[in-house]
Amino acid sequence: MSKKTFAVEFKNVDKWFDDFQVLKNINLEISVGEKIVICGPSGSGKSTLVRCINNLENHQSGMIKVYGHEVSSKSKKDSKMLTQVGMVFQQFNLFPHLTVKENLLLGPMKALGLSRSDAEERAISLLKRVKIPEQVDKYPSQLSGGQQQRVAIARALCMEPDIMLFDEPTSALDPEMISEVLDVIIDLAKEGITMIVVTHEMGFAKKAADRMIFMDEGRIVETGAPEEFFKKPKTDRCKLFLNQILQH
Amino acid sequence: MQNKTIITILLVTLVISCSSTDVPEVTWGWYVIDPRTSQGWNNIIFMLNGFSATIRLSIVAAVFSMMIGLIVVLPGLSENRWIRLPSRIYVEFIRSVPLLPMLLWVFYGFPFLLKSMGVNIPIDPFWGAVITLAISDSAFTAEIYRGGIQSIEKGQTEAAKTVGLNYYQTMSYVILPQALRRILPALANQFIYIVKMSAFAYVIGMQELTKRAFELNSNEYRALEIYTFLIFEYLILVLVISFFVRWLERKLGADQRR
Repeated sequence: MSKKTFAVEFKNVDKWFDDFQVLKNINLEISVGEKIVICGPSGSGKSTLVRCINNLENHQSGMIKVYGHEVSSKSKKDSKMLTQVGMVFQQFNLFPHLTVKENLLLGPMKALGLSRSDAEERAISLLKRVKIPEQVDKYPSQLSGGQQQRVAIARALCMEPDIMLFDEPTSALDPEMISEVLDVIIDLAKEGITMIVVTHEMGFAKKAADRMIFMDEGRIVETGAPEEFFKKPKTDRCKLFLNQILQH
Repeated sequence: MQNKTIITILLVTLVISCSSTDVPEVTWGWYVIDPRTSQGWNNIIFMLNGFSATIRLSIVAAVFSMMIGLIVVLPGLSENRWIRLPSRIYVEFIRSVPLLPMLLWVFYGFPFLLKSMGVNIPIDPFWGAVITLAISDSAFTAEIYRGGIQSIEKGQTEAAKTVGLNYYQTMSYVILPQALRRILPALANQFIYIVKMSAFAYVIGMQELTKRAFELNSNEYRALEIYTFLIFEYLILVLVISFFVRWLERKLGADQRR
Protein backbone atom coordinates (compact mmCIF):
# COMPACT_ATOMS: atom_id res chain seq x y z
CA MET A 1 0.00 0.00 0.00
CA SER A 2 2.73 2.45 -0.89
CA LYS A 3 0.70 4.31 -3.47
CA LYS A 4 -3.01 4.69 -3.02
CA THR A 5 -5.16 5.78 -5.97
CA PHE A 6 -7.23 8.79 -5.07
CA ALA A 7 -10.51 9.69 -6.75
CA VAL A 8 -9.17 13.19 -7.27
CA GLU A 9 -5.70 14.51 -6.67
CA PHE A 10 -4.44 18.12 -6.97
CA LYS A 11 -0.68 18.76 -6.88
CA ASN A 12 0.59 22.35 -6.76
CA VAL A 13 -2.15 23.56 -9.06
CA ASP A 14 -2.13 27.18 -10.16
CA LYS A 15 -4.66 28.86 -12.41
CA TRP A 16 -4.92 32.35 -13.80
CA PHE A 17 -7.68 34.22 -15.56
CA ASP A 18 -5.43 36.52 -17.59
CA ASP A 19 -3.28 38.10 -14.88
CA PHE A 20 -5.63 37.34 -12.00
CA GLN A 21 -4.61 34.23 -10.09
CA VAL A 22 -7.75 32.29 -9.10
CA LEU A 23 -6.09 29.16 -7.73
CA LYS A 24 -2.87 29.35 -5.74
CA ASN A 25 -0.85 26.22 -5.16
CA ILE A 26 -3.74 23.88 -4.53
CA ASN A 27 -2.87 20.52 -2.98
CA LEU A 28 -5.75 18.20 -2.28
CA GLU A 29 -6.36 14.49 -2.16
CA ILE A 30 -9.87 13.09 -2.21
CA SER A 31 -10.35 9.39 -1.49
CA VAL A 32 -12.78 7.17 -3.32
CA GLY A 33 -16.21 7.48 -1.72
CA GLU A 34 -15.38 10.60 0.24
CA LYS A 35 -17.95 13.43 0.53
CA ILE A 36 -16.35 16.85 0.42
CA VAL A 37 -18.07 20.17 1.02
CA ILE A 38 -16.27 23.29 -0.16
CA CYS A 39 -17.26 26.68 1.18
CA GLY A 40 -15.82 30.17 1.17
CA PRO A 41 -16.63 33.72 0.14
CA SER A 42 -17.51 34.44 -3.46
CA GLY A 43 -14.52 34.83 -5.72
CA SER A 44 -12.48 32.49 -3.52
CA GLY A 45 -12.02 30.03 -6.39
CA LYS A 46 -14.24 27.18 -5.17
CA SER A 47 -16.24 26.87 -8.40
CA THR A 48 -13.08 27.11 -10.45
CA LEU A 49 -11.48 24.36 -8.36
CA VAL A 50 -14.40 22.05 -9.04
CA ARG A 51 -14.57 22.95 -12.74
CA CYS A 52 -10.90 22.07 -13.16
CA ILE A 53 -11.67 18.47 -12.21
CA ASN A 54 -13.81 17.86 -15.29
CA ASN A 55 -11.79 20.12 -17.54
CA LEU A 56 -14.37 22.89 -17.91
CA GLU A 57 -11.44 25.08 -16.90
CA ASN A 58 -7.79 24.48 -17.74
CA HIS A 59 -5.13 24.93 -15.11
CA GLN A 60 -1.81 26.45 -16.07
CA SER A 61 0.57 24.62 -13.80
CA GLY A 62 0.63 21.68 -11.43
CA MET A 63 -1.18 18.41 -11.93
CA ILE A 64 -4.73 17.17 -11.50
CA LYS A 65 -5.45 13.46 -11.57
CA VAL A 66 -8.83 11.74 -11.67
CA TYR A 67 -8.54 8.07 -10.77
CA GLY A 68 -4.85 8.27 -11.57
CA HIS A 69 -5.38 9.75 -15.06
CA GLU A 70 -4.03 13.19 -15.59
CA VAL A 71 -6.53 15.89 -16.62
CA SER A 72 -5.23 18.21 -19.29
CA SER A 73 -6.70 20.13 -22.19
CA LYS A 74 -4.41 18.35 -24.61
CA SER A 75 -5.31 14.74 -23.98
CA LYS A 76 -7.65 13.31 -26.58
CA LYS A 77 -9.29 10.90 -24.20
CA ASP A 78 -10.92 13.75 -22.32
CA SER A 79 -14.54 13.15 -23.19
CA LYS A 80 -14.33 9.46 -22.40
CA MET A 81 -12.63 10.01 -19.08
CA LEU A 82 -14.96 12.85 -18.15
CA THR A 83 -18.01 10.63 -18.32
CA GLN A 84 -16.74 9.25 -15.01
CA VAL A 85 -17.34 12.71 -13.58
CA GLY A 86 -20.91 13.95 -13.37
CA MET A 87 -21.74 17.57 -12.73
CA VAL A 88 -24.70 19.57 -11.46
CA PHE A 89 -24.68 23.30 -12.15
CA GLN A 90 -26.07 26.25 -10.25
CA GLN A 91 -28.23 27.22 -13.26
CA PHE A 92 -29.32 23.58 -13.97
CA ASN A 93 -28.32 23.90 -17.65
CA LEU A 94 -30.96 21.45 -18.83
CA PHE A 95 -31.45 21.31 -22.59
CA PRO A 96 -34.61 23.44 -23.01
CA HIS A 97 -35.56 22.07 -26.44
CA LEU A 98 -35.70 18.47 -25.18
CA THR A 99 -38.16 16.78 -22.85
CA VAL A 100 -37.04 15.51 -19.45
CA LYS A 101 -36.64 12.02 -20.86
CA GLU A 102 -34.68 13.20 -23.90
CA ASN A 103 -32.41 15.21 -21.60
CA LEU A 104 -31.62 11.98 -19.77
CA LEU A 105 -31.21 9.86 -22.91
CA LEU A 106 -28.80 12.07 -24.81
CA GLY A 107 -25.59 11.22 -22.94
CA PRO A 108 -26.15 7.47 -22.48
CA MET A 109 -27.22 6.95 -26.11
CA LYS A 110 -24.75 9.22 -27.90
CA ALA A 111 -21.70 9.06 -25.64
CA LEU A 112 -22.02 5.62 -24.03
CA GLY A 113 -23.70 3.97 -27.03
CA LEU A 114 -26.55 2.43 -25.05
CA SER A 115 -29.63 1.21 -26.91
CA ARG A 116 -32.77 3.32 -26.53
CA SER A 117 -34.55 0.74 -24.41
CA ASP A 118 -31.60 0.33 -22.02
CA ALA A 119 -31.16 4.07 -21.73
CA GLU A 120 -34.89 4.57 -21.12
CA GLU A 121 -34.92 1.96 -18.42
CA ARG A 122 -32.04 3.71 -16.71
CA ALA A 123 -33.66 7.13 -17.13
CA ILE A 124 -36.98 6.03 -15.64
CA SER A 125 -35.38 4.38 -12.63
CA LEU A 126 -33.31 7.50 -11.94
CA LEU A 127 -36.34 9.78 -12.26
CA LYS A 128 -37.98 7.61 -9.61
CA ARG A 129 -34.92 8.03 -7.44
CA VAL A 130 -35.11 11.82 -7.66
CA LYS A 131 -38.88 11.47 -7.08
CA ILE A 132 -40.26 12.97 -10.30
CA PRO A 133 -41.14 10.01 -12.57
CA GLU A 134 -44.39 11.71 -13.58
CA GLN A 135 -42.58 14.62 -15.29
CA VAL A 136 -40.90 12.45 -17.88
CA ASP A 137 -42.52 13.97 -20.99
CA LYS A 138 -42.49 17.60 -19.89
CA TYR A 139 -40.12 20.30 -21.07
CA PRO A 140 -37.75 21.86 -18.52
CA SER A 141 -39.54 25.22 -18.65
CA GLN A 142 -42.71 23.52 -17.44
CA LEU A 143 -41.01 22.43 -14.20
CA SER A 144 -40.23 24.31 -10.99
CA GLY A 145 -36.62 25.16 -10.19
CA GLY A 146 -36.37 22.34 -7.66
CA GLN A 147 -37.73 19.84 -10.15
CA GLN A 148 -35.36 21.08 -12.83
CA GLN A 149 -32.39 20.65 -10.54
CA ARG A 150 -33.50 17.11 -9.66
CA VAL A 151 -33.74 16.32 -13.39
CA ALA A 152 -30.22 17.73 -13.76
CA ILE A 153 -29.03 15.37 -11.00
CA ALA A 154 -30.72 12.43 -12.73
CA ARG A 155 -29.16 13.46 -16.03
CA ALA A 156 -25.70 13.40 -14.47
CA LEU A 157 -26.36 10.04 -12.77
CA CYS A 158 -27.50 8.52 -16.08
CA MET A 159 -23.84 8.42 -17.08
CA GLU A 160 -23.12 6.25 -13.98
CA PRO A 161 -20.29 8.52 -12.87
CA ASP A 162 -17.77 7.61 -10.17
CA ILE A 163 -17.54 11.20 -9.00
CA MET A 164 -20.31 13.78 -8.72
CA LEU A 165 -19.56 17.50 -8.66
CA PHE A 166 -22.16 19.96 -7.39
CA ASP A 167 -21.48 23.63 -8.08
CA GLU A 168 -23.78 25.58 -5.74
CA PRO A 169 -26.74 23.35 -6.61
CA THR A 170 -29.26 25.26 -4.50
CA SER A 171 -28.11 28.85 -4.96
CA ALA A 172 -30.53 29.61 -7.80
CA LEU A 173 -33.53 28.03 -6.05
CA ASP A 174 -36.42 29.57 -4.17
CA PRO A 175 -36.06 28.84 -0.44
CA GLU A 176 -38.92 26.35 -0.28
CA MET A 177 -37.34 24.20 -3.00
CA ILE A 178 -33.90 23.93 -1.45
CA SER A 179 -34.71 21.03 0.84
CA GLU A 180 -36.21 18.81 -1.88
CA VAL A 181 -32.94 19.08 -3.79
CA LEU A 182 -30.75 18.64 -0.71
CA ASP A 183 -32.75 15.54 0.31
CA VAL A 184 -31.93 13.95 -3.03
CA ILE A 185 -28.24 14.81 -2.64
CA ILE A 186 -28.18 13.41 0.92
CA ASP A 187 -29.78 10.17 -0.30
CA LEU A 188 -27.11 9.99 -2.94
CA ALA A 189 -24.39 10.60 -0.36
CA LYS A 190 -25.45 7.46 1.49
CA GLU A 191 -24.30 5.43 -1.49
CA GLY A 192 -20.67 4.86 -2.35
CA ILE A 193 -20.23 7.65 -4.86
CA THR A 194 -17.50 10.27 -4.39
CA MET A 195 -19.04 13.72 -4.00
CA ILE A 196 -17.63 17.23 -4.10
CA VAL A 197 -20.18 19.90 -3.26
CA VAL A 198 -19.71 23.64 -3.33
CA THR A 199 -22.43 25.07 -1.10
CA HIS A 200 -23.26 27.47 1.69
CA GLU A 201 -25.90 25.13 3.13
CA MET A 202 -24.15 24.39 6.41
CA GLY A 203 -26.97 22.19 7.71
CA PHE A 204 -26.46 19.96 4.71
CA ALA A 205 -22.69 20.01 5.23
CA LYS A 206 -23.06 18.81 8.83
CA LYS A 207 -25.26 15.92 7.70
CA ALA A 208 -23.45 14.78 4.58
CA ALA A 209 -19.81 15.84 4.62
CA ASP A 210 -16.85 13.68 5.57
CA ARG A 211 -14.54 16.63 5.22
CA MET A 212 -14.97 20.40 4.98
CA ILE A 213 -12.77 22.63 2.89
CA PHE A 214 -12.67 26.39 3.38
CA MET A 215 -11.24 28.50 0.58
CA ASP A 216 -10.32 32.15 0.45
CA GLU A 217 -8.52 34.16 -2.25
CA GLY A 218 -7.61 31.10 -4.31
CA ARG A 219 -6.12 29.10 -1.41
CA ILE A 220 -7.35 26.21 0.65
CA VAL A 221 -7.25 27.90 4.03
CA GLU A 222 -8.64 25.18 6.26
CA THR A 223 -9.82 21.59 6.03
CA GLY A 224 -11.25 19.35 8.66
CA ALA A 225 -14.01 16.99 9.75
CA PRO A 226 -17.34 18.83 10.09
CA GLU A 227 -17.53 18.55 13.92
CA GLU A 228 -14.23 20.31 14.56
CA PHE A 229 -14.66 22.61 11.59
CA PHE A 230 -17.87 24.10 12.90
CA LYS A 231 -17.06 24.00 16.63
CA LYS A 232 -13.53 25.29 16.68
CA PRO A 233 -12.25 26.59 13.34
CA LYS A 234 -8.49 27.02 13.44
CA THR A 235 -8.10 30.19 11.38
CA ASP A 236 -9.58 33.61 12.05
CA ARG A 237 -10.67 33.98 8.44
CA CYS A 238 -12.73 30.82 8.65
CA LYS A 239 -14.16 31.82 12.05
CA LEU A 240 -15.28 35.16 10.62
CA PHE A 241 -16.84 33.51 7.58
CA LEU A 242 -18.74 30.93 9.63
CA ASN A 243 -19.99 33.61 12.02
CA GLN A 244 -21.30 35.61 9.13
CA ILE A 245 -23.18 32.83 7.41
CA LEU A 246 -24.44 31.14 10.59
CA GLN A 247 -25.60 34.21 12.53
CA HIS A 248 -29.17 34.16 11.22
CA MET B 1 -39.66 86.01 -46.88
CA GLN B 2 -37.14 85.05 -49.54
CA ASN B 3 -38.09 81.40 -49.32
CA LYS B 4 -41.69 82.25 -49.95
CA THR B 5 -40.86 84.13 -53.14
CA ILE B 6 -38.73 81.29 -54.46
CA ILE B 7 -41.43 78.74 -53.79
CA THR B 8 -44.06 80.89 -55.49
CA ILE B 9 -41.90 81.30 -58.58
CA LEU B 10 -41.25 77.58 -58.75
CA LEU B 11 -44.95 76.73 -58.46
CA VAL B 12 -45.95 79.20 -61.13
CA THR B 13 -43.29 77.86 -63.54
CA LEU B 14 -44.48 74.33 -62.87
CA VAL B 15 -48.11 75.16 -63.61
CA ILE B 16 -47.21 77.02 -66.79
CA SER B 17 -44.93 74.30 -68.06
CA CYS B 18 -47.56 71.63 -67.47
CA SER B 19 -50.39 73.47 -69.11
CA SER B 20 -48.30 74.61 -72.04
CA THR B 21 -46.99 71.14 -72.96
CA ASP B 22 -49.38 68.83 -74.70
CA VAL B 23 -49.77 65.64 -72.72
CA PRO B 24 -49.61 62.88 -75.31
CA GLU B 25 -52.62 60.64 -75.29
CA VAL B 26 -51.83 57.46 -73.39
CA THR B 27 -53.41 54.26 -74.57
CA TRP B 28 -53.66 51.63 -71.91
CA GLY B 29 -52.88 48.12 -72.95
CA TRP B 30 -54.24 45.92 -70.22
CA TYR B 31 -55.49 43.61 -72.97
CA VAL B 32 -52.02 41.97 -72.95
CA ILE B 33 -52.93 40.37 -69.65
CA ASP B 34 -56.69 40.18 -70.06
CA PRO B 35 -57.70 36.60 -69.20
CA ARG B 36 -60.90 36.97 -71.26
CA THR B 37 -59.00 37.04 -74.55
CA SER B 38 -57.00 34.07 -75.71
CA GLN B 39 -53.91 36.22 -76.30
CA GLY B 40 -54.14 37.71 -72.81
CA TRP B 41 -54.69 34.30 -71.29
CA ASN B 42 -51.71 32.83 -73.12
CA ASN B 43 -49.55 35.73 -71.96
CA ILE B 44 -50.60 35.19 -68.36
CA ILE B 45 -49.81 31.50 -68.57
CA PHE B 46 -46.47 32.30 -70.18
CA MET B 47 -45.54 34.60 -67.30
CA LEU B 48 -46.91 32.36 -64.56
CA ASN B 49 -44.78 29.53 -65.91
CA GLY B 50 -41.78 31.45 -64.64
CA PHE B 51 -42.84 30.65 -61.06
CA SER B 52 -41.54 27.12 -61.28
CA ALA B 53 -37.99 28.23 -62.14
CA THR B 54 -37.97 31.08 -59.60
CA ILE B 55 -39.19 28.82 -56.81
CA ARG B 56 -36.86 25.92 -57.66
CA LEU B 57 -33.94 28.29 -58.00
CA SER B 58 -34.67 30.03 -54.68
CA ILE B 59 -35.23 26.84 -52.69
CA VAL B 60 -32.18 24.99 -53.99
CA ALA B 61 -30.03 28.11 -53.56
CA ALA B 62 -31.33 28.63 -50.02
CA VAL B 63 -30.57 25.01 -49.06
CA PHE B 64 -27.03 25.30 -50.43
CA SER B 65 -26.60 28.67 -48.77
CA MET B 66 -27.57 27.21 -45.39
CA MET B 67 -25.12 24.35 -45.82
CA ILE B 68 -22.25 26.55 -47.00
CA GLY B 69 -23.03 29.06 -44.25
CA LEU B 70 -22.72 26.32 -41.63
CA ILE B 71 -19.45 25.05 -43.07
CA VAL B 72 -18.12 28.60 -43.05
CA VAL B 73 -19.31 29.59 -39.58
CA LEU B 74 -18.05 26.64 -37.51
CA PRO B 75 -14.33 27.32 -38.01
CA GLY B 76 -15.20 30.99 -37.58
CA LEU B 77 -16.18 30.28 -33.97
CA SER B 78 -12.90 28.60 -33.10
CA GLU B 79 -10.71 30.00 -30.33
CA ASN B 80 -7.71 29.66 -32.63
CA ARG B 81 -7.35 32.77 -34.78
CA TRP B 82 -5.64 30.89 -37.62
CA ILE B 83 -8.65 28.59 -37.94
CA ARG B 84 -10.95 31.60 -37.68
CA LEU B 85 -9.14 33.59 -40.37
CA PRO B 86 -10.27 31.80 -43.60
CA SER B 87 -13.88 32.00 -42.44
CA ARG B 88 -13.52 35.72 -41.76
CA ILE B 89 -11.90 36.34 -45.16
CA TYR B 90 -14.62 34.37 -46.96
CA VAL B 91 -17.39 36.36 -45.29
CA GLU B 92 -15.77 39.73 -45.90
CA PHE B 93 -14.93 38.94 -49.52
CA ILE B 94 -18.23 37.40 -50.60
CA ARG B 95 -20.23 40.02 -48.75
CA SER B 96 -18.49 42.78 -50.72
CA VAL B 97 -19.24 41.48 -54.23
CA PRO B 98 -22.66 42.45 -55.64
CA LEU B 99 -24.71 39.59 -57.04
CA LEU B 100 -24.93 40.80 -60.63
CA PRO B 101 -21.18 41.05 -61.29
CA MET B 102 -20.75 37.70 -59.58
CA LEU B 103 -23.35 36.10 -61.87
CA LEU B 104 -21.71 37.60 -64.95
CA TRP B 105 -18.33 36.36 -63.77
CA VAL B 106 -19.53 32.83 -63.06
CA PHE B 107 -21.55 32.49 -66.24
CA TYR B 108 -19.41 34.31 -68.77
CA GLY B 109 -15.97 34.53 -67.17
CA PHE B 110 -15.56 31.27 -65.30
CA PRO B 111 -15.92 29.02 -68.41
CA PHE B 112 -12.75 30.65 -69.80
CA LEU B 113 -10.91 29.81 -66.61
CA LEU B 114 -12.16 26.23 -66.92
CA LYS B 115 -11.14 26.09 -70.57
CA SER B 116 -7.62 27.27 -69.68
CA MET B 117 -7.42 24.28 -67.36
CA GLY B 118 -8.54 21.99 -70.15
CA VAL B 119 -12.08 21.53 -68.88
CA ASN B 120 -14.62 22.33 -71.54
CA ILE B 121 -18.08 22.49 -70.02
CA PRO B 122 -20.60 25.27 -70.49
CA ILE B 123 -22.25 26.47 -67.29
CA ASP B 124 -25.87 25.42 -67.07
CA PRO B 125 -27.97 28.54 -66.38
CA PHE B 126 -29.89 26.89 -63.56
CA TRP B 127 -26.87 25.55 -61.68
CA GLY B 128 -24.82 28.64 -62.47
CA ALA B 129 -27.53 30.76 -60.88
CA VAL B 130 -28.00 28.36 -57.93
CA ILE B 131 -24.32 28.27 -57.05
CA THR B 132 -23.84 32.01 -57.43
CA LEU B 133 -26.92 32.87 -55.39
CA ALA B 134 -25.96 30.32 -52.74
CA ILE B 135 -22.40 31.55 -52.41
CA SER B 136 -23.42 35.19 -52.43
CA ASP B 137 -26.03 34.54 -49.75
CA SER B 138 -23.89 32.18 -47.65
CA ALA B 139 -21.82 35.05 -46.25
CA PHE B 140 -24.99 36.47 -44.71
CA THR B 141 -26.27 33.08 -43.61
CA ALA B 142 -22.94 32.46 -41.88
CA GLU B 143 -23.26 35.71 -39.97
CA ILE B 144 -26.81 34.83 -38.94
CA TYR B 145 -25.65 31.43 -37.69
CA ARG B 146 -22.84 33.05 -35.76
CA GLY B 147 -25.25 35.33 -33.96
CA GLY B 148 -27.56 32.42 -33.19
CA ILE B 149 -24.86 30.09 -31.92
CA GLN B 150 -23.23 32.75 -29.80
CA SER B 151 -26.59 33.58 -28.23
CA ILE B 152 -26.85 30.08 -26.70
CA GLU B 153 -25.68 30.14 -23.09
CA LYS B 154 -22.24 28.74 -22.37
CA GLY B 155 -23.80 26.43 -19.78
CA GLN B 156 -25.40 24.40 -22.57
CA THR B 157 -22.02 23.51 -24.04
CA GLU B 158 -20.68 22.74 -20.57
CA ALA B 159 -23.62 20.52 -19.71
CA ALA B 160 -23.23 18.68 -23.03
CA LYS B 161 -19.56 18.15 -22.24
CA THR B 162 -20.32 16.72 -18.80
CA VAL B 163 -22.64 14.09 -20.30
CA GLY B 164 -19.82 13.03 -22.59
CA LEU B 165 -20.86 14.60 -25.90
CA ASN B 166 -18.08 15.52 -28.31
CA TYR B 167 -17.96 18.72 -30.37
CA TYR B 168 -20.11 17.45 -33.26
CA GLN B 169 -22.68 15.82 -31.00
CA THR B 170 -22.89 19.00 -28.92
CA MET B 171 -23.44 21.07 -32.05
CA SER B 172 -25.98 18.79 -33.68
CA TYR B 173 -28.07 17.77 -30.66
CA VAL B 174 -27.76 20.73 -28.29
CA ILE B 175 -26.57 23.99 -29.82
CA LEU B 176 -27.86 24.05 -33.41
CA PRO B 177 -31.44 22.92 -32.65
CA GLN B 178 -31.75 25.81 -30.20
CA ALA B 179 -29.88 28.31 -32.38
CA LEU B 180 -31.98 27.46 -35.46
CA ARG B 181 -35.18 28.27 -33.62
CA ARG B 182 -33.82 31.62 -32.59
CA ILE B 183 -32.59 32.56 -36.06
CA LEU B 184 -35.59 31.28 -37.97
CA PRO B 185 -37.01 34.79 -38.55
CA ALA B 186 -33.64 36.02 -39.80
CA LEU B 187 -33.22 33.00 -42.08
CA ALA B 188 -36.72 33.52 -43.47
CA ASN B 189 -35.83 37.11 -44.17
CA GLN B 190 -32.76 35.89 -46.00
CA PHE B 191 -34.88 33.46 -48.02
CA ILE B 192 -37.14 36.28 -49.16
CA TYR B 193 -33.99 38.14 -50.14
CA ILE B 194 -32.91 35.13 -52.25
CA VAL B 195 -36.30 34.99 -53.97
CA LYS B 196 -35.97 38.62 -54.94
CA MET B 197 -32.31 38.33 -55.93
CA SER B 198 -33.12 35.34 -58.14
CA ALA B 199 -34.55 37.89 -60.59
CA PHE B 200 -30.98 38.67 -61.61
CA ALA B 201 -30.74 35.19 -63.10
CA TYR B 202 -32.56 36.60 -66.15
CA VAL B 203 -29.23 37.98 -67.38
CA ILE B 204 -27.91 34.46 -67.85
CA GLY B 205 -31.05 33.29 -69.56
CA MET B 206 -32.86 31.45 -66.76
CA GLN B 207 -36.55 31.20 -67.70
CA GLU B 208 -37.74 32.63 -64.38
CA LEU B 209 -40.38 35.28 -63.68
CA THR B 210 -38.36 38.32 -64.68
CA LYS B 211 -36.95 36.76 -67.85
CA ARG B 212 -40.45 35.75 -68.94
CA ALA B 213 -41.81 39.25 -68.40
CA PHE B 214 -38.83 40.68 -70.21
CA GLU B 215 -39.37 38.40 -73.21
CA LEU B 216 -43.07 39.07 -73.34
CA ASN B 217 -42.41 42.78 -73.28
CA SER B 218 -40.05 42.56 -76.23
CA ASN B 219 -42.95 41.13 -78.26
CA GLU B 220 -45.77 43.24 -76.89
CA TYR B 221 -44.14 46.57 -75.93
CA ARG B 222 -46.45 46.87 -72.94
CA ALA B 223 -43.87 47.58 -70.22
CA LEU B 224 -46.22 49.15 -67.68
CA GLU B 225 -48.81 46.39 -67.75
CA ILE B 226 -46.36 43.50 -67.98
CA TYR B 227 -43.97 44.74 -65.27
CA THR B 228 -46.88 45.62 -63.00
CA PHE B 229 -48.02 42.04 -63.35
CA LEU B 230 -44.44 40.91 -62.62
CA ILE B 231 -44.29 42.94 -59.41
CA PHE B 232 -47.52 41.39 -58.21
CA GLU B 233 -46.14 37.93 -58.94
CA TYR B 234 -43.22 38.58 -56.57
CA LEU B 235 -45.48 40.23 -54.02
CA ILE B 236 -47.76 37.22 -53.84
CA LEU B 237 -44.86 34.77 -53.69
CA VAL B 238 -43.21 36.64 -50.81
CA LEU B 239 -46.48 36.99 -48.92
CA VAL B 240 -47.06 33.24 -49.16
CA ILE B 241 -43.56 32.60 -47.81
CA SER B 242 -44.05 35.05 -44.93
CA PHE B 243 -47.31 33.38 -44.02
CA PHE B 244 -45.68 29.95 -44.04
CA VAL B 245 -42.80 31.15 -41.85
CA ARG B 246 -45.16 32.66 -39.27
CA TRP B 247 -46.96 29.34 -39.09
CA LEU B 248 -43.66 27.48 -38.69
CA GLU B 249 -42.50 29.82 -35.92
CA ARG B 250 -45.71 29.29 -33.97
CA LYS B 251 -45.41 25.53 -34.40
CA LEU B 252 -41.80 25.44 -33.21
CA GLY B 253 -42.41 27.96 -30.45
CA ALA B 254 -45.25 25.92 -29.02
CA ASP B 255 -43.12 23.08 -27.72
CA GLN B 256 -40.36 25.16 -26.24
CA ARG B 257 -42.16 27.79 -24.18
CA ARG B 258 -39.16 29.65 -22.88
